[in-house]
Amino acid sequence: MTMNREFLINTILAFALVAVPLIALGMDEPFIITLATKVAIFAMAGVGLNLVLGYGGLVSFGHAAFFGIGGYAAGILASHALNYEPIMESPFLIEGTTQMIVIWIVALIASALIALVIGAITLRTSGVYFIMITLAFAQMIYYFAISWPAYGGEDGLSIYVRNGFPGINTLDPISFFALCAVMLAITMVFSAVLIRSRFGLALQGARQNPQRMTAVGIAPFRIRLVAFVISAMITALAGALYADLNRFVSPTMLSWHMSGEIMVFVILGGVGRLFGPLAGAALYIILEHLLGGVWEFWQLPLGVLLLLVVLFARGGLVGVLAGERKHV
Amino acid sequence: MSDAILSLSNVTKQFGSLLASDNVTLDLRPGEIHALIGPNGAGKSTLIKQIAGEIKSDSGDIHFDGQNINGFDAVARSRMGLARTFQVSSLMPEFSVLQNVMLARQSVSGQIFRIFKPVLGDKSLVEPAMAQLERVGLADRAQMRAADISHGERRQLEMAVALALEPKAFLLDEPMAGMGPEGSKRLTGFLDGLRSQAPILLVEHDMDAVFALADRISVLVYGRIIATGTVDEIRGNDDVKRAYLGEDA
Repeated sequence: MTMNREFLINTILAFALVAVPLIALGMDEPFIITLATKVAIFAMAGVGLNLVLGYGGLVSFGHAAFFGIGGYAAGILASHALNYEPIMESPFLIEGTTQMIVIWIVALIASALIALVIGAITLRTSGVYFIMITLAFAQMIYYFAISWPAYGGEDGLSIYVRNGFPGINTLDPISFFALCAVMLAITMVFSAVLIRSRFGLALQGARQNPQRMTAVGIAPFRIRLVAFVISAMITALAGALYADLNRFVSPTMLSWHMSGEIMVFVILGGVGRLFGPLAGAALYIILEHLLGGVWEFWQLPLGVLLLLVVLFARGGLVGVLAGERKHV
Repeated sequence: MSDAILSLSNVTKQFGSLLASDNVTLDLRPGEIHALIGPNGAGKSTLIKQIAGEIKSDSGDIHFDGQNINGFDAVARSRMGLARTFQVSSLMPEFSVLQNVMLARQSVSGQIFRIFKPVLGDKSLVEPAMAQLERVGLADRAQMRAADISHGERRQLEMAVALALEPKAFLLDEPMAGMGPEGSKRLTGFLDGLRSQAPILLVEHDMDAVFALADRISVLVYGRIIATGTVDEIRGNDDVKRAYLGEDA
C-alpha cells in the first residue's frame, strides 16, 4: 500500500516538474522555466549525494567539490574554446570545446578521479570525522580555485555563450530545461537500478550493520568507495549543467554553503528516497522564490522546516506523504 | 590432531591488565560439536572474536583449513568458510528476512559489483536463500522486516545467514540466548543434524543443550582452558566442578 502511495507521489512530482515549465512557456514566463531548470539540476546533484548519504549512510559534507568540478569543467573548456586558446600544445594539442557531451565526459572523469582519492582517505573514518574530512577536502579545492588566477580566481569565469548539444538550441530556455530534465531522469533511473542490484543491497547493508557485512565476508570499504565515486560523478554532471544554466562558474559552487544546500535538498525531500532530492530541491526553490521575494531572512523558516523534518519526519517530504516503508 | 579443520595454539590476548585469553590451545575436528563453556567473563566471546578475526591476538597461531590465518582479516576468514553467529543478534534491521540471507549468498556467489541486475529477481540468490529459511523454519516470514520479527525468530535468522555461507566450520556464540525452552529444544535438534555438514564450535550457557550436543567440551576460566574432554570426563572433573559447575550443581 505504502509502496503504491510513494509511486503516486513520485508520479505527481515528475509530472509537476514537466508541467510547470510547459505552462510557463504558454504564459511566456521564461523566468519560471529557468527556476524549473534549476530544480532539475539541484535535484540531480541531490540524487548523487543521496546515493552515499541516503543509501550508504555516509554524511558527505563535501559534495560541493564535485558540483564545482563539474562547473569548472564546463567553464574552463568553454573559455579555451571561445578564446581560441588551446589548453596545451605540447606534447600534443588539447583544445577547449563548447560541446556539452565532451564537457560532461571530462567532468565525469575528473570528478571520479578526485572522488577516488578523497574517498580512499575519508572512508577510513566514520561519523563526525567523515563529515569533517570531506568538508576539509572540499575547502581545499575551494581555496585552490580562489587562488588560481588563470581561471578567474575569486571572480569566477563567464561562459559567454551556453555550450551546445547536437540537435538542440540550448539557448532556448525550454529546450535547455528538457535537456536537464532528461539528464535528471537518466540519473534517477540509474540510481533506482543501482540500489536494487547486488551492489545496492551491499551498500544499504553496510549502512545498517558493518559488523554483519564483515561477518558474511563483504568488506564495506570497497562498496562505499565505489558508491562515493559514482555519487560524485552524478553531482559533477549536475555541476556542469548548472554552470551552463548560469553561463558562469565561480568558487561559490565549491563552497561549503553549496555542500550544505545539496544536503538540505536530500534531507528535506527524504533521505534514501528515490524522489527525495527532487521534492527537496523543488521545495527549496519554491521557498527561496516565494519567501525570498518578500523577506530577506527567508532562510529562517527554511531552517525551522529542516529542524522539524530532522526531529519528526526522518523520511522527509516524501516520507511524510508516502508513509514508512515496509522494508528496503 | 592434524586432521582438525580449526586449531588454536597458545592464543593469548591481553586487555590492559586483564588476560582475556591465556595460552588457549584447542581444535575443532570434522563432524564434531566442540562446546566452549565457562562462567561469565571467562573470555568465550573474546575467543570467538579472535577466531573470526575481529580482534587480533597478541600471540599464538590460528590454523584453519590447512592455513595459518593469523594475517587474515574477518572478511577473508569468512570467505574462507568460517561462519559465525552473534550472541546479540546482528542483522540488517531494515532488510526483509529474505534480503538478510540473500546478502550472505551474494558473498558466496561473488559479483558484488553487479550494478544492473535487480537482486530480487535473481533466482540464483533468492532460491538458495529461501532454502535456508525453510531449513530454519522462517520461510513464512521471508518478506517481513528483520526489525519486526520476534527475538526467537531473529536467532533463527542468524542461523540461516550462517548456513547460507555454506561454511567449513561454524562459530556459534550462544545461539540459544534468550530463547524459550521450546525454541532451545528445537534448535538443539537442528544443531545435532548440522554437525555432519560442518563442525561447530559452540559457546553456550544452556547446559542441557551442551550436554546433549557436545562431542567434546572445553572449559574456559579467566581466559585459560582448564579442561577438555568428553561430556562424562568434564562432568567428573574436580577442577571444573570447583571452578564452574560447582556454583549451581
